[in-house]
Amino acid sequence: MIRIIVTFIEIIICFLLQSAVFPHFALANVVPDIMIILIVANAYSRGIFSGMFTGLFCGLLVDCMYGSVIGLYGILYMVIGYLNGYSTKIYDREDVTIPMVLLAVSEFLYCFFYYVFEFLMRGRLNIGYYMFRIGLPSVIYTVLVGIILYKLFNFINIKLARLSNKEEA
Amino acid sequence: MRRRTPKISIRPKHVLTGCVTVCLLLILVSFRYGGILNPIKTAVGNFITPMQKGINTVGMFISDRLDTLANMRDLLDENEELKDKIEALTLENSILIQDRYELDGLRELFQVDKKYADYPKVAARVISKDTSNYYSIFTIDKGYDDGIRIDQNVLAGNGLVGIVTEVGKNYAKVRSIIDDSSYVSGMFLKTSDTCDVKGDLQLLDSGMIRVESIPLNADVEDGYEVVTSHISNKYLQGILIGYVSDIKVDSSNLAKVAYLRPAVDFQRLEEVLIITKLKEKLESLDEDTQTK
Repeated sequence: MIRIIVTFIEIIICFLLQSAVFPHFALANVVPDIMIILIVANAYSRGIFSGMFTGLFCGLLVDCMYGSVIGLYGILYMVIGYLNGYSTKIYDREDVTIPMVLLAVSEFLYCFFYYVFEFLMRGRLNIGYYMFRIGLPSVIYTVLVGIILYKLFNFINIKLARLSNKEEA
Repeated sequence: MRRRTPKISIRPKHVLTGCVTVCLLLILVSFRYGGILNPIKTAVGNFITPMQKGINTVGMFISDRLDTLANMRDLLDENEELKDKIEALTLENSILIQDRYELDGLRELFQVDKKYADYPKVAARVISKDTSNYYSIFTIDKGYDDGIRIDQNVLAGNGLVGIVTEVGKNYAKVRSIIDDSSYVSGMFLKTSDTCDVKGDLQLLDSGMIRVESIPLNADVEDGYEVVTSHISNKYLQGILIGYVSDIKVDSSNLAKVAYLRPAVDFQRLEEVLIITKLKEKLESLDEDTQTK
């Protein structure tokens, strides 16, 4: 129960950071995708269900606030969380390299599908430009911010796991 | 330290399929029946926006501090420069004020239509921006209660910023003219030739947007002012959009295309003005002035 509440608060805080604080620190007009960091961290340390639902709620929140159609980001974020969930089998709480690789791949996938949904559908075919100008900086910036934030999220997850273990005992 | 597997024995795959189906249904519903999900959106917006407003001040405070540190020396130099300038400008200003009195008198005399400075306006602060990097949609801290309605025009300084696309109780969303899907019908102030002003993500770095469908015989040059045109059904007539450059004939040989430098600095947009008057109400008035 406490895990759900904490995750919910994390999602809201991430959304606020991403929409209201980080635009002030945009590099090359790109804002890091903090919600994807949260999704990857949760999926990697807690498994498929956790990643999936974190993704779903992040996505629906973005849909409600900025999307024209409700549900599109929901699916996108949820599938990313679901796929990342499989990596929980190789979870190691000291390791930072694997989650960063996962994060980079996830962010790239997100950018790619975003391009497909929002630009390709309107007949903008210049994929090279979009991926190079927006996709690549997003991946790099997200991973850089992710190194710091992942440690924080991982720390919270470990504490939470310890807490629920104590409750069980 | 492995997590216990959940006790419920539902396979993740099935949950995923279920959630995807629900999302697809939601997409279908919101696509087919347009506004039916708007109450949900507004409810979420009313919940989140006050928080964004609060945290935005924190972000602005930090970025202000960083800027101050980075620019301290520049600022000192600039300060000296500006002090000199102020003196020159004070002198110029007093002359201009005299001119303005004269102008006011002349305007009344000729019954010239007043500029858009006289539209009723509401000032608002930009509090957040779209979470993705592709779009230029932002949220402002004024909403329905402050008289903001959908399709009202948004200005900053003396140029057009965009148009209100969604209104909540205490917030509103604005799509700027540099947004990739934005489309404004424009007009050259000097020659009255119409054109289409379109946002384009590929020109993001140069700070320009695209102008299309300028008639081939239009006698326009670089640096001409483009304003919103009389045939636009959402934008009030005569609001400055920007200045054209690089005019050339397009590949179809049927029209000219050009780039346009917006009159507004979109990188540093903190406060905007919303004209609380919609185009529809103005139409009869416009016809009046045009037939004169």
